[in-house]
Amino acid sequence: MAGYKPVAIQTYPILGEKITQDTLYWNNYKTPVQIKEFGAVSKVDFSPQPPYNYAVTASSRIHIYGRYSQEPIKTFSRFKDTAYCATFRQDGRLLVAGSEDGGVQLFDISGRAPLRQFEGHTKAVHTVDFTADKYHVVSGADDYTVKLWDIPNSKEILTFKEHSDYVRCGCASKLNPDLFITGSYDHTVKMFDARTNTSVLSVEHGQPVESVLLFPSGGLLVSAGGRYVKVWDMLKGGQLLVSLKNHHKTVTCLCLSSSGQRLLSGSLDRKVKVYSTTSYKVVHSFDYAASILSLALAHEDETIVVGMTNGILSVKHRKSEAKKESIPRRRRPAYRTFIKGKNYMKQRDDILINRPAKKHLELYDRDLKHFRISKALDRVLDPTCTIKTPEITVSIIKELNRRGVLANALAGRDEKEISHVLNFLIRHLSQPRFAPVLINAAEIIIDIYLPVIGQSPVVDKKFLLLQGLVEKEIDYQRELLETLGMMDMLFATMRRKEGTSVLEHTSDGFPENKKIES
Amino acid sequence: MVEEENIRVVRCGGSELNFRRAVFSADSKYIFCVSGDFVKVYSTVTEECVHILHGHRNLVTGIQLNPNNHLQLYSCSLDGTIKLWDYIDGILIKTFIVGCKLHALFTVAQAEDSVFAIVNKEKPDIFQLVSVKLPKSSSQEVEAKELSFVLDYINQSPKCIAFGNEGVYVAAVREFYLSVYFFKKKTTSRFTLSSSRNKKHAKNNFTCVACHPTEDCIASGHMDGKIRLWRNFYDDKKYTYTCLHWHHDMVMDLAFSVTGTSLLSGGRESVLVEWRDATEKNKEFLPRLGATIEHISVSPAGDLFCTSHSDNKIIIIHRNLEASAVIQGLVKDRSIFTGLMIDPRTKALVLNGKPGHLQFYSLQSDKQLYNLDIIQQEYINDYGLIQIELTKAAFGCFGNWLATVEQRQEKETELELQMKLWMYNKKTQGFILNTKINMPHEDCITALCFCNAEKSEQPTLVTASKDGYFKVWILTDDSDIYKKAVGWTCDFVGSYHKYQATNCCFSEDGSLLAVSFEEIVTIWDSVTWELKCTFCQRAGKIRHLCFGRLTCSKYLLGATENGILCCWNLLSCALEWNAKLNVRVMEPDPNSENIAAISQSSVGSDLFVFKPSEPRPLYIQKGISREEVQWGVFVPRDVPESFTSEAYQWLNRSQFYFLTKSQSLLTFSTKSPEEKLTPTSKQLLAEESLPTTPFYFILGKHRQHQDEKLNETLENELVQLPLTENIPAVSELLHTPAHVLPSAAFLCSMFVNSLLLSKETKSAKEIPEDVDMEEEKESEDSDEENDFIEKVQDTNNTGLGEDIIHQLSKSEEKELRKFRKIDYSWIAAL
Repeated sequence: MAGYKPVAIQTYPILGEKITQDTLYWNNYKTPVQIKEFGAVSKVDFSPQPPYNYAVTASSRIHIYGRYSQEPIKTFSRFKDTAYCATFRQDGRLLVAGSEDGGVQLFDISGRAPLRQFEGHTKAVHTVDFTADKYHVVSGADDYTVKLWDIPNSKEILTFKEHSDYVRCGCASKLNPDLFITGSYDHTVKMFDARTNTSVLSVEHGQPVESVLLFPSGGLLVSAGGRYVKVWDMLKGGQLLVSLKNHHKTVTCLCLSSSGQRLLSGSLDRKVKVYSTTSYKVVHSFDYAASILSLALAHEDETIVVGMTNGILSVKHRKSEAKKESIPRRRRPAYRTFIKGKNYMKQRDDILINRPAKKHLELYDRDLKHFRISKALDRVLDPTCTIKTPEITVSIIKELNRRGVLANALAGRDEKEISHVLNFLIRHLSQPRFAPVLINAAEIIIDIYLPVIGQSPVVDKKFLLLQGLVEKEIDYQRELLETLGMMDMLFATMRRKEGTSVLEHTSDGFPENKKIES
Repeated sequence: MVEEENIRVVRCGGSELNFRRAVFSADSKYIFCVSGDFVKVYSTVTEECVHILHGHRNLVTGIQLNPNNHLQLYSCSLDGTIKLWDYIDGILIKTFIVGCKLHALFTVAQAEDSVFAIVNKEKPDIFQLVSVKLPKSSSQEVEAKELSFVLDYINQSPKCIAFGNEGVYVAAVREFYLSVYFFKKKTTSRFTLSSSRNKKHAKNNFTCVACHPTEDCIASGHMDGKIRLWRNFYDDKKYTYTCLHWHHDMVMDLAFSVTGTSLLSGGRESVLVEWRDATEKNKEFLPRLGATIEHISVSPAGDLFCTSHSDNKIIIIHRNLEASAVIQGLVKDRSIFTGLMIDPRTKALVLNGKPGHLQFYSLQSDKQLYNLDIIQQEYINDYGLIQIELTKAAFGCFGNWLATVEQRQEKETELELQMKLWMYNKKTQGFILNTKINMPHEDCITALCFCNAEKSEQPTLVTASKDGYFKVWILTDDSDIYKKAVGWTCDFVGSYHKYQATNCCFSEDGSLLAVSFEEIVTIWDSVTWELKCTFCQRAGKIRHLCFGRLTCSKYLLGATENGILCCWNLLSCALEWNAKLNVRVMEPDPNSENIAAISQSSVGSDLFVFKPSEPRPLYIQKGISREEVQWGVFVPRDVPESFTSEAYQWLNRSQFYFLTKSQSLLTFSTKSPEEKLTPTSKQLLAEESLPTTPFYFILGKHRQHQDEKLNETLENELVQLPLTENIPAVSELLHTPAHVLPSAAFLCSMFVNSLLLSKETKSAKEIPEDVDMEEEKESEDSDEENDFIEKVQDTNNTGLGEDIIHQLSKSEEKELRKFRKIDYSWIAAL
């Protein structure tokens, strides 16, 4: 016949943040390491090659940090003015950076002096990037121009003058050596093709564009500006796919997670939001101490580096996977018999007959199954259970009450045991979700132990505590009722006005009476 | 095609299977149990009902195998007859007329020509055990008036009588004493237990008794859960007894295994206990059988046990205490809170079943389809416990959703309330819990209804409660990027001057919601949840509320507790008509405008079928039941009938079922007894029935024609007609493949002859009146119309004697039957 049905444990909705895979993933970082830079950190870029060093652009310096070092392993400081946008080449051996004075400088990672200097921009160069063929550099500047440079002979190849305001961000396609994208304060994002002299695509973002990002496949373009993050479908000719408005200040930086499944955006509102790239819903959000200017993720999301306006660089490392190398237990000879046939792979013509899975019963259920009611109650009154999962304790008390044996289970306890019960009651009696069950239990306890009161100072103290608690609760309730009465009165006056207006409205003779409470 | 007779109230299935101990056949292939006026034969392997033995005119009270022929079965009934059946073929062999009410039957192998029965002759509450001598006679009906008295002042229940040790003695228990009657010595010994008022012995009452099959040992069960094993009872002084105590509540039944090595006991704990070697240590349990064990029986072969339970169930248990089969009838153990519902998918009747379960019961096959566990908690079977009750249930959205409400109220203030919403899963073909709502209201939920409009895009549920509110619940999309989920949330809370909400009802198109608050009916717009208008008749609290359907959808009907039925017009917002009618049940027909109302008066219940638009009822039937009718429901027919008469038109599309207070499920039927066959008997007759060929239409018409003519000539409707199915010539003609048939010219005369025969029955006016009277009475009393079956059996019986029936010409056969008929009446007259 039907087996034993385990006690239904009442589940309560968990308030606050929902625990999802994403929250678990993104919370699995160590406490951040804070590194003080000389000025606002405008750009952080990870080297795509091991050992995944990262370049941090702040003020007139570029620091290269190693993965775990808190001191820079290398510094490029030969800038007359503020440096911008230090970016690694795909092979991680060259670094390019723009500067306030309009120069673009190319560094060798191992060297100190710039390898090349590209002169041509008249104003600050805020964005530089290598193209996919590694031999060209794209730069955008405040003089509204976008230039393409040749590295070997440090010549300017092309100049695009299509933007009508500062060009502040850009990126080159990872697949096509001729394509690159720039975003400008003229609210547009333009795609240029080095084979033609004009832009091939232009999308209207609506706000000054602070950051652009191309998906690795090149099919989707993300632009950030103002409070908006917009995703455009490039293959449909720049159709707006989705517009996200989750920040309440300007979004300054964008970044993709290494798997490409999540998009991160940092903003001046001091938050980093993580979006799913399938549904474009926010799945997680980080808080930082200051407005965020730059954001980068290391290979495999091992590190999150965030640069802020106050010059602080926050580096978060992923917690190392808890690799508990379990000591291989010594197997008894019986184990071989036990495991025999378990690892048999199903052949083609075999019919697999699954044995019904053995239902695992909790210990308290096992006790209840055998009608060991006091033991079951003892088990759930154990401090480990009462603190972690009070709802189990309450459910068992409820079940015992339903079986009509709660008094039996509570009776005959010594001082220590009864104080366990009372402790639990004191802690949870006032919680509305547990109150109906626990008040009943408290009444039973008082009935049972009234004759022996005064024999143990410990228990007496607990009873007094309980009494105080109940009195306090009654006071609260009274106050709440008073408030409710006041609110009712206020609502009543408001409703009368509404009611009269409704009556005026319906003149078709309906006997109308309206009262809605929600 | 359908003959239109009077509409009669017919009991439809769901009779008790657990009234008496079930009996196994000698080879354990079949199990027999009493079921109302019938004896049912089930297969122990397939759980299917193999035969229904029709014949008794009243409750069957006992069945026993014939000890001298294990292919025969005795049954006794309150109608004062003992019948002998051949259960393999389902044929009545003999009827012994005893003449007084028989309450139980016992057979003993040693007493060859007599059986024992419990009768009450003089006073209604004094029962006697008598031995009935069954005279040997070849005739069908035999008077068996030769009763010899064995024991007096015994308990009515057959559990309190046991024959022991090859019929040497009989033990009977009553209250505090055990009496043993020795047949050889013709003496009675009586052993009394102390019945003092003190607490220890207060519950010493005997409840049941069983005798060891080979040794001189009697086991008795007691009220306090003890089992006593009595030995040495030949001597009044030296008798001894030992106690076995495991049950904490009354022992309901005891049985020894065939060899006597183990004793089985059961009780309210619903645990079957097997005591091995009659010692307290060696016991085995089969727990969680679901409901109180009422009876235990053991198969003669010794390989099977069976337990009958209070929830109308028989469990067949293997020797090694493994349940092997369950025969489940309509569960009628407890009160029905949910009312009768129809599952839109399976068209099964749905109502409270086992504790905490909802049962789905097929009306067509009189069989429980399945139980849906709603409460999902361990059921503790203990007297006086307040259990969680499943109080309300409703189907919505064409069977896609099921809402259930369960509550448990220990004290006035402590109410546990839970609402569950179940979604139908197509893959698993079952309901899966979707949403659980704790305390949906502050007080008991009085009504629950889904919006069943066809075009509604969002499933909507309304609950009305005593706390003065009604709540609207809607299905909302709860899914995020991780999972897809839907759940129910509260959308709107409405109230009206803090009156208790008593009923709620959606209009057919789902645009309006009517909620009654005590005496007042409020109409709400289901889109904006705005109060549209109110109706108040000041005629007592509204008990039932429903909207008219189809062309009558502008009417709203309300029945009040003061016995007023009101009909409001929703367009004019005025009372259309009212009638003084104490309505107990009001059910709208889902397929037509009709509404059935059952009113309750001191005499009995009356049925009124009406359309809201017409003040004159379509149909009235007085006295449909002597007791109060609790619930009713219209069940849509699979194949619509085509009654032309105005009074029966309401039965065209749907059938009305209702449940009385004593939980008998009744319905209305117009079909003549011949036509209404139970499915099993249909099975039996499958070979004989006509296939739907062109011949069928010819024959069918012919028969109808005959019937009409007959009705003209004979006043009696229930005359025994030779049905075309029974004519061998015709059935042969229709069943033989065409290519092996002889030429049509040869067949023609045979065929025509066979049809001509029926004319002779017209002259059969000599058929005595009283036979027909009896049959008529029977058809009124019996659950299922069985005349037809009987007739088939009759022909078979005559066939038993002369196996040349097929060679006999039809007229000869008819003559024979007539002869038998006359004989029959003669005996009856004697």
